[in-house]
Amino acid sequence: MSVTSETLAPPATLRPLAWLRKNLFSTWFNALLTIVSLVFLYFVLAGIVRWVFFTADWSPVTIAPLLFLVGQYPRDQLWRPALSLLMCVFLIGLSWAIWERYVKAFAIFLGVLLGVLALIPLETPTITLGVRAVFLACPLLISLAFWIGRRSAVKGQHVGTLWLLASILITLVLLPGIRSIPGLSAVATTAWGGLLVTLLLAIGGIVLSFPIGVLLALGRRSSLPVVKIFSILFIEVIRGVPLVTILFMFSIILALFLPAESRIDRLLRALIAMVVFSAAYTAENVRGGLQAIPEGQVEAAKALGLSNFHITAFIVLPQALRLVIPNIVGQFISLFKDTTLVVIVGINDLLGIGNAVLNLRPEFVRLQMEVYLFIAIIFWIFSYFMSYASLELEKALGVGER
Amino acid sequence: MSPSTRTRSNQQIPFWRDERILNAAAQTVSAVVILTLLYLGIANFLEISQQRGMPLTYGFLDDPAGFPITESYIPYDPTMSFGRAFMVGLVNTLVVSVVGIILSTPLGLFVGLARLSSNWLVNKIALAYIEFHRNIPLLVLLFLWYFGVFTRLPGAKESLTLPGPIYVNQRGLYLTWPRLTETGGIFLASVIIGVLLAILAWIVLRRIRETQGRETYFGRVSLAILILFPLIGWFVSGGEPLQLDEPALQGFNFRGGLRMSPEFSALLIGLTTYTAAFIAEVFRAGILAVRKGQVEAARALGLKNNHVLSLIVIPQALRVVIPPLISQYLNLTKNSSLALIIGYQELFAIGKVTINQAGRAVPVFLMVMATYLLLSLLTSVLLNIYNKRVQFVER
Repeated sequence: MSVTSETLAPPATLRPLAWLRKNLFSTWFNALLTIVSLVFLYFVLAGIVRWVFFTADWSPVTIAPLLFLVGQYPRDQLWRPALSLLMCVFLIGLSWAIWERYVKAFAIFLGVLLGVLALIPLETPTITLGVRAVFLACPLLISLAFWIGRRSAVKGQHVGTLWLLASILITLVLLPGIRSIPGLSAVATTAWGGLLVTLLLAIGGIVLSFPIGVLLALGRRSSLPVVKIFSILFIEVIRGVPLVTILFMFSIILALFLPAESRIDRLLRALIAMVVFSAAYTAENVRGGLQAIPEGQVEAAKALGLSNFHITAFIVLPQALRLVIPNIVGQFISLFKDTTLVVIVGINDLLGIGNAVLNLRPEFVRLQMEVYLFIAIIFWIFSYFMSYASLELEKALGVGER
Repeated sequence: MSPSTRTRSNQQIPFWRDERILNAAAQTVSAVVILTLLYLGIANFLEISQQRGMPLTYGFLDDPAGFPITESYIPYDPTMSFGRAFMVGLVNTLVVSVVGIILSTPLGLFVGLARLSSNWLVNKIALAYIEFHRNIPLLVLLFLWYFGVFTRLPGAKESLTLPGPIYVNQRGLYLTWPRLTETGGIFLASVIIGVLLAILAWIVLRRIRETQGRETYFGRVSLAILILFPLIGWFVSGGEPLQLDEPALQGFNFRGGLRMSPEFSALLIGLTTYTAAFIAEVFRAGILAVRKGQVEAARALGLKNNHVLSLIVIPQALRVVIPPLISQYLNLTKNSSLALIIGYQELFAIGKVTINQAGRAVPVFLMVMATYLLLSLLTSVLLNIYNKRVQFVER
């Protein structure tokens, strides 16, 4: 019965001293552990603080902040990624109003971060007044969007549609690296780089791999042997080899299989590899959900006269996907982290830009720690907010409490 | 159902709504689409490889490789064949994976237990460790270890000394390592025989107890064999079968001990710490999966504490832990392919060099992929066998 009394006791009523005694010094062993950890923590934190503020030389990071953001994107065309950023930021503000529980922390963090970035005094000529203005506009835009989104007229569907429109607009109009559009000159994808490429690969990979993964999962459970065998082969082969080999295959080997005239853009090839790789893992996650749906659901739907398509689309899939949302988000986080592997096929994502910056000046040669730590922190922030949202989603759906 | 109604229902269903015909049509269409794509791809590839004179044959594997490999656990020099170089890469992959698995499991268990600690501070330190490693890309972590730490280490003369003693400098990690002396063979043989006999005794005595209900003290007997045999071997071999080989500075470099190159060390540390964070979560989930009532029920039945642990908690926790644990091991093995970017020459890196040297992209590439696939399949077969044994027969 001690369990119930523990869960009932409101933790807030514990006074600091009582809390200390309960959580840190309950037994002599616990006290010993606490002291050892305190000493350990002191040395680690002191070392980190000393290094970050006194020893480390952050000039490779501060000298070219725009490189880390957009790579070699032509500076006279910067308004295009800037406009994309503003659109995204506005939609994040709207999403905050609609899905407060999941987006709030990220929206606030992003607004504060961009606002601070706008005001940091850096003596680099690349950070013009215009760039600062864009960053400064972001927190304002987030709050404006939040204020608009709070109106009852704005529904989740509207925001979802807007996200869809924005992503099409961004990929086709604002960042045309593949096809030239009248009035907008094409920017070759070789010039793209930095966080822009990392986010494009990650978001593109997530959005495209999800439907393919679902189809593969359905294919694996299909009653048609051809479809089933193909799905199993595809999933197992892809899951059995490292991502590097798949990236390598699509970047180099695929050129041998395709006719010489159909050359695919380098960035697009990397994206296809990410999608193929991620789809196989998504398929296995979705299959786990499909297996958890009792047969009775399908039988009941059949008894009601629903067609096979309707049964899958409206009865089985919604329930199955709901069950595996945490796993799928986990898969997306690892896809996001895996985008770094594109440096191996020579694409300048965030990590690639880090390598390039280290070669900018001879004195940067021994500053790898600073640059890679900076990149690690950026990845950490994005992944952390994704897993935070996933945890909240898990709680809201009650998936963990079965 | 009378024949007349069957014919009527047959007449009512037009062929485009007949499930059997639809199924067959879908099968045919999907088969045609898949086969056409495959055919087009392969035909194209054959044509191109004909043009460039790179047929899909493996004869080149016997040609001399001509490129050096800095780290190799089997004898190798550039005059040896491509096939040999490939084997070197495979062994390098296996070495780093096996050592990584051996190191990351206890580290993961330790962090996982710390994460379950009732001590708030220990708990949060473990959480920080897990969150740090789970939210950054492995490649960045490897860069941090290799370029951030190992290339910045001092030279041999100013090497750092860790307890052990372990010397750390730009040229790598130098560990004090036990080495067999001339009589060491006897000792080694006695250890191996002891382990085999102990396992045999465990299985046989345990089966006797299970089938005949007689107490056979299988645990104690096996333990005694395990200790006794190496001890006998130790004395038979003259008391000094092992010698601690301590690295010592000679000139500009260390001699003796076990040397691990900076590339290998960085890869091993990166893979181990990264995978340990995931393994910690696996262990935590496994331990939490055993319900409190199980322990309470076992105590109520009068089981001793060690029996509660060994008969009730651990078997149930293992059932939850083993499958994700194996998949983490597989991930570690596949992740070792990232080594090519810091210069440790494992399977994929050597495959890449071979492609450049032999100019035979597709055959080499197929070999690399097939090898990884084989490793994965072998592991999942083993996993499935184990899984069948530990899962409940009936739920």
